[in-house]
Amino acid sequence: MAAPVKSVDKPPAECSPLNFTSFQKKSRSKSLSIPGTRPSVQNGQLLVSSGVTSLDYLLGGGLAVGTVLLIEEDRYDSFSRMIFKYFLAEGVVCRHELFVAAAQDDPDDILQELPAPILDDVAIHRPGEQPRMSCEPQDTLDAMKIAWRYQNLPKVQSALASSSRFGHYYDVSKTMEPEIRQAAKWHRFYHPEHPPLSSGTHSPKLESYSALLKSLRDVIQREGFDLTAPLPKSRNILRVGLHSLGSALWGDDLCCHDNPKNVHALTSFLYGLRALLRTSLSVAVVTVPSHLIQDRALMGSITRLCDNAIALESFKGSERETNPLYKDYHGLLHVRQVPRLNCLASHLPDHKDLAFKLKRKQFTIERLHLPPDLSETVSRVSKGELAGAATAAAACSSATSSAKHLDF
Amino acid sequence: MFTELNSILNTSPESFTPGEFILLSDRQSDASFLIHHFLSFYLKARCKVCFVALVQSFSHYHAVSQRLGVSLTQAKEKGQLIFLEGLKESLSVFLPQEENPDHQAMSFLRDPAAGLRSLYEFVQSSVVGSSGGGGASAEQWGPPVLLMDDVSVLLSLGVRVGAVLDFSHYCRTTVCSQLQGDVVMLVRCDGEAEEDYADDEGSEQLMRGLTHQSCLTLHVQGLPTGYCRDIHGQVEFCWKKRQSDGQHAPKKVFQFKVHDKGVSFFARGTSRAVL
Repeated sequence: MAAPVKSVDKPPAECSPLNFTSFQKKSRSKSLSIPGTRPSVQNGQLLVSSGVTSLDYLLGGGLAVGTVLLIEEDRYDSFSRMIFKYFLAEGVVCRHELFVAAAQDDPDDILQELPAPILDDVAIHRPGEQPRMSCEPQDTLDAMKIAWRYQNLPKVQSALASSSRFGHYYDVSKTMEPEIRQAAKWHRFYHPEHPPLSSGTHSPKLESYSALLKSLRDVIQREGFDLTAPLPKSRNILRVGLHSLGSALWGDDLCCHDNPKNVHALTSFLYGLRALLRTSLSVAVVTVPSHLIQDRALMGSITRLCDNAIALESFKGSERETNPLYKDYHGLLHVRQVPRLNCLASHLPDHKDLAFKLKRKQFTIERLHLPPDLSETVSRVSKGELAGAATAAAACSSATSSAKHLDF
Repeated sequence: MFTELNSILNTSPESFTPGEFILLSDRQSDASFLIHHFLSFYLKARCKVCFVALVQSFSHYHAVSQRLGVSLTQAKEKGQLIFLEGLKESLSVFLPQEENPDHQAMSFLRDPAAGLRSLYEFVQSSVVGSSGGGGASAEQWGPPVLLMDDVSVLLSLGVRVGAVLDFSHYCRTTVCSQLQGDVVMLVRCDGEAEEDYADDEGSEQLMRGLTHQSCLTLHVQGLPTGYCRDIHGQVEFCWKKRQSDGQHAPKKVFQFKVHDKGVSFFARGTSRAVL
């Protein structure tokens, strides 16, 4: 199940002899109060933040626990990697556990590149540092004489006990400080470290994916995220980040051939991943280099096996980068799929034409709107014509472009 | 179950035509809300239901069915519902921890190219067990019903199209012809129908084969004019054989909107967002 808030503690069989109706008030059960999560307003799902607040808003409040978010990478894997790092950084800040799997970069390196959180309201636990409120000594903090305006402000917490905010903002120009990063508990899976062992079964799964699934299952069971086993007293969320699945570095030939031999390896793995996540307190973000996969039907079946799916299309390197229509944005974002979890309806986005921009302190996703047409020409130049007219603009003569515009 | 859908199909839990193979299909859309309708419909009709759920967990269907007025846990306890949770069973096949008995429903995952025999044997044992051992159980249930959600995920797991078509044929013979029950299957497709996709031979072929075997098809699609927040798509109903009254047309198209507790169907162009 994708962890509805009210029924995680009690298996359904226990409820029936006690209830006369199937209605259960949400306040009855000891609901999960895991830091960094909140229940959804639509259907009571337990949500975690993806690290990007505008993406949370797009997905209906956040990522539901027990689901998979598929990110189709952009061409140079720059922005999808950024969202991947935001997801892991959010896990560090919220004190969740992490599981990072990659074939290209060592997970240690990925973790060292995490963006620094902007923590104004919650202080970081630094032993031996006094809270710098004012020049007042600590014993007379009750009545402040000089900084009396600060009297009613909440005290600065000395430990990062619970980030009461749901989503956080990150400064991408700085990396996360080692103290915060080392406070997080995480597990790694680096594909070159796991040599392929010959298995006897004649299954369509690849060794790399089988090893990854097994490693993930071991972590889930060992650290107590499994919902079928009795849970420990203090529960936590496991954030699973799987980078660039399906690429050739995992040993998969989906991206290399038109008719790959292991067509069903990645889809079988995603099925197993879905099965693991539905029975544990974890969230997964999977990035796939979909621009290398020629088979659109295969991409469709990969999307259907995940719950949320977005695709990033960056303007870098294409002619759209210099197009004045897109000058405010770094790329387009397509929402491929939204899940229906434990209810009939799903949270549909308002608009489908979305664009994103990576600013220093925020990754914004907004509705793509064209800039106002302030040029002297009467009609708006279309996107295709602009590419050709841009080269003629240097000549700056109206004669070359007069055929396209109405000249009054 | 959705009352508007019942009136369109001219059925009700008290009276429905037995021995039908109903195919739910979708193209670039999500027809899973129809599965919830049929699940609650047949449970209210007091039929014995065998539900093969391959893509979602039990609690998902349980939560939705509660809103539709049916309790799946109670149905399971009474023996009316046999639920195969494909996700959970598949984990024990993908990651075997101890020696598993061989007669598991999902053991075809070990060697998908070999076919779906184990899955068929599971279905057969669950539907035949009802009518055979009726004396032992306290309540007599109606004709058996097989629901499958969804069939196209089997293709993603490596099963051949031919094997899936064979499986559906075997199920149809057992459930529809021999036991006069119903079979409802959901198949999902991704590509455009008109374009000649050489890659998507699999799911297109499967959809065409299953449409040929079915006697009622409900095809869910997005709107041809694009995305709309208030109208979630259109459903095309296609009857193969004419019913006894023979009055209705063989094809009907309705648009729908999915709400929290149900789905409303309306004729094209009569959505509340438009009028």
